[in-house]
This record gives sequence, structure tokens and C-alpha cells, in this order.
Amino acid sequence: MVDTPAINGYRRYDGRFGIRNHLLVIPTVSCVNGVVNRIGRAVPEAVCVPHAHGCGRGGSRDLTILFRVLSGLVRHPNVGAAVLVGLGCEVSNTKALAHLLEDLGKPLTVLNVQEEGGSLKTAEKAVAAAREHLADLARMERVPMGWEDLFLSIECGGSDAMSGVTANVAIGAVADWLVGHGATVMFGENTEMIGTAHVLARRAVNEEVARRITEMVDRAESLTREIMGDLASFVISPGNMDGGMTTIAEKSMGCIVKGGTGPIVEVVDYGETPTKKGLILQDGPGYDADSMAGFAASGSQLMFFSTGRGTPAGFPTVPVIKVASNSRLYRAMEDDMDINAGVLVEGVSLETLRDDMIEFMVRTINGRATKPEANDMGLFTFMTVHPPF
Amino acid sequence: MADPILVIHEKDNVAVALRDIEAGEEIRFGNGPSITAFESIPASHKIALRDLAQGEKVIKYGEIVGTTTMPVKKGSWVHGHNMGAADG
Repeated sequence: MVDTPAINGYRRYDGRFGIRNHLLVIPTVSCVNGVVNRIGRAVPEAVCVPHAHGCGRGGSRDLTILFRVLSGLVRHPNVGAAVLVGLGCEVSNTKALAHLLEDLGKPLTVLNVQEEGGSLKTAEKAVAAAREHLADLARMERVPMGWEDLFLSIECGGSDAMSGVTANVAIGAVADWLVGHGATVMFGENTEMIGTAHVLARRAVNEEVARRITEMVDRAESLTREIMGDLASFVISPGNMDGGMTTIAEKSMGCIVKGGTGPIVEVVDYGETPTKKGLILQDGPGYDADSMAGFAASGSQLMFFSTGRGTPAGFPTVPVIKVASNSRLYRAMEDDMDINAGVLVEGVSLETLRDDMIEFMVRTINGRATKPEANDMGLFTFMTVHPPF
Repeated sequence: MADPILVIHEKDNVAVALRDIEAGEEIRFGNGPSITAFESIPASHKIALRDLAQGEKVIKYGEIVGTTTMPVKKGSWVHGHNMGAADG
């Protein structure tokens, strides 16, 4: 492997690079999902992401997340153009979103069903706009980008006893390589850091980052106790014990090892964009779907996702590289798995696997589809705090 | 031939069994001396790489993940019967 492989992407107006050039079609609220689905049937090349949000919640935390995630997806560097389908009377209506989409630097079509004469007329206009955007996107070309332009996030889900031994260890080795080459790497899932706050805080670059790490993990722990009561002890479950994990610290180490060993330069809130380069923590939930949306809203162009039991999910606008923790899973779900980290127990060295993963990552950045992309397994929903009104 | 155990970090005093290991099995790994399994160890569970005193920190991933609750012989299975929480 060459020391610094060449990568390329689409240079955006704000200086970021996309490693995909998607047309995003997104509703502001679930009421108009049908319009988005209709656009998707007429223009299958568009990435359409219906979702269950946009109204019915009013707490400031939920509103912050709602606006941050919707605007973050539109602003995302892998998105070259977007169609925003609104209703008119929803909380996250297009006028309320407008100030977050100023200086967008990419084509954006905004249509509201209540202003366009209903769902069919809106869809018709949107389809015409989508086709024009696609023609424009097809004319854009990839240009060289640096590793410092890459922002990768790491997720684990459907873990098994080998996740923390093979897949997460191998991803951690890639993370160290990326940080060493100037890239930004982020992981989150605060519930899966319980018991390791001291380990993470010790790696913080300063007191403030250490304080935020400790505060985040303590809050995740007390929230788990509050929600689950006596069952909170099952965060280390009988299944975990059967798998050889004895303590919560050991289980969590198996999770956080996927971030590698680098210094932690910043803690960002759910969906917030980092201001620094290097290793970042996202203060977000462990649930894969919500966590991935937070990573995407932050602007991550690429994700690694380790799994032991076998989850096939990806993210609509972001290539997700699925890493199987064991060969049995890899063979059973080869259609969904990109990399088999199970080879680590079959005599392949960590260095060899790491280099293979870096080469796979380079091909992915440069345009080759991952399994979730090829299978259209993108999933979009995001975190909420309070129940709906 | 694949090693039957994996030492994740050089500081670790336990390794992970990569397959079921039988009592009395001589385990060769890396370039160092072999160790003998004191008892049978299930796949993905921990094996002590050296004698551990009662109350000694158990190191995996290069970090403290628990404390022994009794003396543990080299080659032993390390789990809830002889290991407790990191702070206990």
C-alpha cells in the first residue's frame, strides 16, 4: 500500500468535499412523505428520505435537533443539489428552515404542498426540478482531495462477543491511521461509553474536553438508570456475560476501541459539526439509526459500521462500510457485508487487515458503492427527547 | 496456523480465546513462550497470561477493565467467578 493513497471528491462551495454527488429529496414533515415517495418513483436516481418528524414536538432540545438534522442533511457535502418538500403549517416549515440554508452554494428547490395546489401538483413540479438538478450534477467532476478533507464516523450495532475483539480493534487501527494522516474521525453512542469515562477523559487534549466527556458519560449512565431502573444492570447482559465480558468497563472498552488510541480533540453535540480536525466524540445515543443520522448531520462523508449479529442498514446519502466481526456472519450475509474482520482469528495479522480496510476505504471514497449503497439499504430517522404532544 | 488466543494490547495481562481451548492445552501465540491452559476456556473469554494476585487489576485493551477477587494462576479462565468491577 502506498503511504498516502490518492482520493478524490466533489469540491463544494463551503470548501468541504463530497465523496458522492447526490440529489437529495427530503420532506420537512412526515405529512408529505407520499409526495417524496412519488418523486422517488418518477426519478429513481434521486435519494429520497421520507421520515417521521417535523411537527408535534416543541421542547427546545427537540427543536434544536430537528432543525440541525434537516438542515445538516441538505448542507451535507455528499449532496450536490436538493429538493425540499414542505407542507406549510409544520414546525420545521421551509420559512423557519430558510436561515439555516443561507449561503448553501448548491441548487435547492423548495416547494410547499399548501402553496402549490396539493400533493400531485407539488410532485409534478418537484419531478421536473429533480430532473434538471440531476442533469447539472452529471456535469460535475471529481477533483483530488486531501485526507484532511475526510470526515469519517464509526458506528457499531448488532454486536457480538467478537465485535470488540476483531471488527472494532481493526477499525480502531484504521482510525489511528486516518488521524495520523490528518483526517477527522468521530464516534458516539454515549451509553456504550459507560464505565470508561476516565479512559476517554485521560485522552482529552484539555480540561474542558475532559469535563465534557465525563459529563456526557455520567449523564448517559444516570439516564440509563432512570429509564431502566433495576434493569439498568442489564446494560451488561447475560448474553454479554456468556460472550466472555465480565464488567461494564470491559464491554465499553470493546466499543470505544473502534475510535483508536488518538487524543480526543473535541466533544460535539448530536448532529453538530466539529470545529477541529482529529478524533471527535459525538454526544449521541447508542441506537444505530439515530446515531448515524447524527453523524451525517455533522457532515461525515463516510462511515464504518461493525456488526457481529448482522445489521444490513446504511445511510441514504453516506456510504457505510459494513464490517463483520466473524467469518460465519460474513459468509451468511455476504450480500450485506463489505469486510470480514473474522479473518483476524484465522491467522491474518491486524496490519494486513488494516491495510486491506484502508484500500477498501480508498475505493469507496473514490466512488465504488458499499453493500448498503448497492442494496439501497439507507435508513433515515433521528433522535428525539420528548414524546409528541 | 492461526494463534488460538489474541493479546489485544501489549500491556494486557489477559488474552482473548479465539476458539474453545481445552484444559492442559499448550498455547503457542505470537513470538513469545507458550502457556498451558489451566482449565478449559470458552471462545471469546479471557485467559490469564501470568499469575495474578488477589486484588490485582485486570488489563485488557491496555486499560483496567476489572479487579481479581482471588489469586488467579497463569493459564486460568478469567471471568465473574474470579474477577469483579474495575473499582471494586
